[in-house]
Amino acid sequence: MMRTWLSARRLLPLIAVFGTVLAGCGREDLSVLRPQGPPAESSLGLMKLAISIMIVVLLIVFSIAAYVLIRFRRKPGQDEIPEQIEGSFKLEVLWTVIPLILVIVLAVPTVRTVFALGENHSGDKNAIKVKVTGHQYWWEFEYPDFGIKTAQDLVIPAGRNIAFELTTNDVLHSFWVPSLSGKIDTNPTGATNRFSFSAPKEGVYRGKCAELCGPSHGFMEFKVKAVSNDEFKQWIEAQKAPAVLPEDPALAQTFKDQCLKCHAVGDQGLAVGPNLTGIGSRESVAGILLNDDTRQDGAPVEENLKTWLHDTQGVKPGNRMPDPSKDMGLTDDEIDRIAEYLASYKLN
Amino acid sequence: MDWITTVDHKKIAILYLWAGGLFFGIGGIEALLIRWQLIKPMNDFVDAQTFNELITMHGTTMIFLGVMPIIFALMNAVIPLQIGARDVAFPFLNALGFWTFLFGGLLLNLSWVMGGAPDAGWTSYTPLSTSAYSGTHGVDFYTIGLQIAGLGTLIGGINFLATVITMRAPGMSYMRMPMFAWTTFITSAIILFAFPAITVGLVLLTFDRILGANFFEPGAGGSPVLWQHIFWIFGHPEVYILILPAFGIISEVIPTFARKRLFGYSSMVFATILIAFLGFMVWAHHMFTTGLGPVANALFAVSTMLIAVPTGIKIFNWLFTLWGGSVRFTTPNLFASGFIPTFTMGGVTGVMLASAPADFQFHDTYFVVAHFHYVIVGGLVMGLFAGLHYWWPKMFGRMLNETLGKWTFWTFIIGFHLTFFVQHFLGLMGMQRRVFTYLPNQHFDTLNLVSTIGAGLMGVGTLIFLTNIIVTSRKPPDAADDPWEDGRTLEWSIPSPPPEYNFKQTPLVRGLDALWKEKMAGNKGMTPAEPVGSIHMPSATPLPFIMSVGIFIAGFGFMFSRDDFGGGFVSFLFNNYIVTGLGLLITFGSMLLRSLVDDHGWHIEPEELEGR
Ligand code: HEM
Ligand SMILES: [Cu+2]
Repeated sequence: MMRTWLSARRLLPLIAVFGTVLAGCGREDLSVLRPQGPPAESSLGLMKLAISIMIVVLLIVFSIAAYVLIRFRRKPGQDEIPEQIEGSFKLEVLWTVIPLILVIVLAVPTVRTVFALGENHSGDKNAIKVKVTGHQYWWEFEYPDFGIKTAQDLVIPAGRNIAFELTTNDVLHSFWVPSLSGKIDTNPTGATNRFSFSAPKEGVYRGKCAELCGPSHGFMEFKVKAVSNDEFKQWIEAQKAPAVLPEDPALAQTFKDQCLKCHAVGDQGLAVGPNLTGIGSRESVAGILLNDDTRQDGAPVEENLKTWLHDTQGVKPGNRMPDPSKDMGLTDDEIDRIAEYLASYKLN
Repeated sequence: MDWITTVDHKKIAILYLWAGGLFFGIGGIEALLIRWQLIKPMNDFVDAQTFNELITMHGTTMIFLGVMPIIFALMNAVIPLQIGARDVAFPFLNALGFWTFLFGGLLLNLSWVMGGAPDAGWTSYTPLSTSAYSGTHGVDFYTIGLQIAGLGTLIGGINFLATVITMRAPGMSYMRMPMFAWTTFITSAIILFAFPAITVGLVLLTFDRILGANFFEPGAGGSPVLWQHIFWIFGHPEVYILILPAFGIISEVIPTFARKRLFGYSSMVFATILIAFLGFMVWAHHMFTTGLGPVANALFAVSTMLIAVPTGIKIFNWLFTLWGGSVRFTTPNLFASGFIPTFTMGGVTGVMLASAPADFQFHDTYFVVAHFHYVIVGGLVMGLFAGLHYWWPKMFGRMLNETLGKWTFWTFIIGFHLTFFVQHFLGLMGMQRRVFTYLPNQHFDTLNLVSTIGAGLMGVGTLIFLTNIIVTSRKPPDAADDPWEDGRTLEWSIPSPPPEYNFKQTPLVRGLDALWKEKMAGNKGMTPAEPVGSIHMPSATPLPFIMSVGIFIAGFGFMFSRDDFGGGFVSFLFNNYIVTGLGLLITFGSMLLRSLVDDHGWHIEPEELEGR
């Protein structure tokens, strides 16, 4: 009885595998199982091949195991000594050769895909070039052909190939947009990595850092926003436009003195911290406070900015931004007004 | 006192078992805290820094201080008996290996109370682990603690190599050696080649952190990828250091309880050697996303997949050992039969990970966490449970309680699959590993809850095992020489627990499964290979303990040599390397003593042997 149950229980996971894979689980903008771009598709293709082979292997092993464990259990009173079999040359060759064949079946497409995905697109004239730089705990995206930089939201034209060049400014990070492509590490300069992907469909995709990089590693998220070609052009132009500063001159001065020491907006300030141009129209604040006016998945951008500015360490432990009130001496009122200003700094 | 000075392999085995059990418990508690933190999104049970310390210490503790010593415990308890020897080749070194391991482990764990545990992951990738980004002494505890503990492992490994090579009983050729002795032998060889690599890495990292060197500092021409190579050239073989002994245990347990000799013995030996060899060739499969390029990725992908072949041979050989047998489901055999499908599941995800372009998606996600726990917990820990239940009567002279044993098995294996099976999906759905929390609405919540519940169940299983040990230890020792009745190898031919000299007369081995062969020939026990004579025994000595204390003190001294103690005597002691010197003096002094004072050991005379 117990044994029958044992074998049944072993089959359950398998059924679960098939069930969930077929149902295609996870969010469309996040799950590896619901690919939205060619590299993610080819990875998933290999996964499907591998998992089919492996499920066959598991089925064989599980059924032999179940059979053996039920069939050959010692019954009460059974006392004879089974024949002491040395082995079987034929059988052993069989289970050497079959796995070898299975490995070859998997190895050939693996090698082919490795080289296909490893192709260098940096010379491709039609590709949009983007330099990705990892920072503890935010992402910087530079478009060298357009002379602009942005942070947290990677805006790309849908359907175009994006040729990435990746480095880090501090520790190792790993750039990962599961639904569009596998991950690649960001190494320090000198070991710059290149890869590329494209997003055929317009939409917003969730990206993550996949290499432990300090306390807020889990919060080092970003968004990939695929827009139409026209929208992309507009965005580039808006991004290049002169900076919009707070209307109140006193506040503008405070903003310049305190915030633009690290951040940049438009043509002003320094970009050692995340570029803030047009932050009002971004998908998130600090990568993780999701902007959502309907409040289903986050809060309105202004509220998020206030949350961030009043408690940067609470939102993202260990991050490197000084505290606006403690370190920069801003009053709560100034902080709120800066948040309002930033929230209204939209690009369209 | 007896325990501090002992050089008897059977007592050292018990020391390894208690110490390993202690660290395993600590690592287990850390695991439960990690799982508790991840039970729901945006949980704030522990903060981000503490979480990173927990995962780092959990991984480091489990691998280096939890399961390795328990493996060593079984090896120490069993190997000399299985090959018909009276002890290991170097009993003094054996004790030294244990004490350096213990003091290294203590040093590492003291970090919890001495201002910050290591926080850069058990892999301690640079630059995160350099002093610029990890400012506490945490990583120093890691580098120095592991150097000291690693010394113990290396000593142990060399000792087993020498033991197996030189101390087999007459007639025991290599191809008549029990499988566990074989896997111990191969494992020790891997230790011999792999541990020096990590030691070099740890020394370099210590230099970077304490003496300001630049081996891994990108700004000064060092390479962070270099660390990854060094780490994994050790780290991948390490996985086989862990799993091969489990293979050995399963290969002992299954034949005993199936009453059948191991199917395909020589292919098992060959597969073990092949796995060990390939284990050294595949380290870069941990680095597919580092950017080594398609050529390296393709080569390492294919060589990794090849490991599936010898592993498959093993699995089918075990299944066909059971085939046609007369199988008894005692607790050890339950664990062994649970091992086969569970480990296979870890094996197949391993092959999936080897496919580099797929690994671009799997790497550093919960899929990987699921995979390696299937191998390490579902494979190794299950193997250790099998081995502990199996050899417990031989080690302690008492049978563990079967009912409690079965409860341990069922709670543990069900909890295990609950915990880790769902993690495959978490990874595929986009959850990275080593995250201290996660945002809601990502479809991660339910599966994480399930996983945490499973972890709790595994905890319960472990507690039942502890209860079993306590209950058992209160009973009088009553185990027979051959308590499972179908013992096949030499250890079952002598009393449980064995006398301190193991074999009154060295046995003569007449084939594979020496004891079984004699039983089938109608003999009561082994035929001796020598007349009863005077037995030479090594003397007990506190020197290994003292030497390890010395290294422990030196480690502390070195670690704090750059600290600002605000002047005064303490600064004087530490900043001038006086503490370091003192520690080394103790160690080298003891070594000198050991060399100068001749100790010829002592003898047990025949009259005494017969008198018992
Ligand atoms: C009760 C049993 C266990 C549970 C519930 C458990 C759970 C976990 C969890 C949740 C993580 C963190 C994953 C992450 O975010 O990276 C982890 C990491 C790890 N575990 Fe376990 N674990 C258990 C037993 C073991 C054992 C027995 C070993 C080894 C012998 C082990 C080795 C590791 C290693 C090496 C890591 C990686 C640590 C790192 O990322 O630095 N675990 N475990
Ligand atoms: Cu990260």
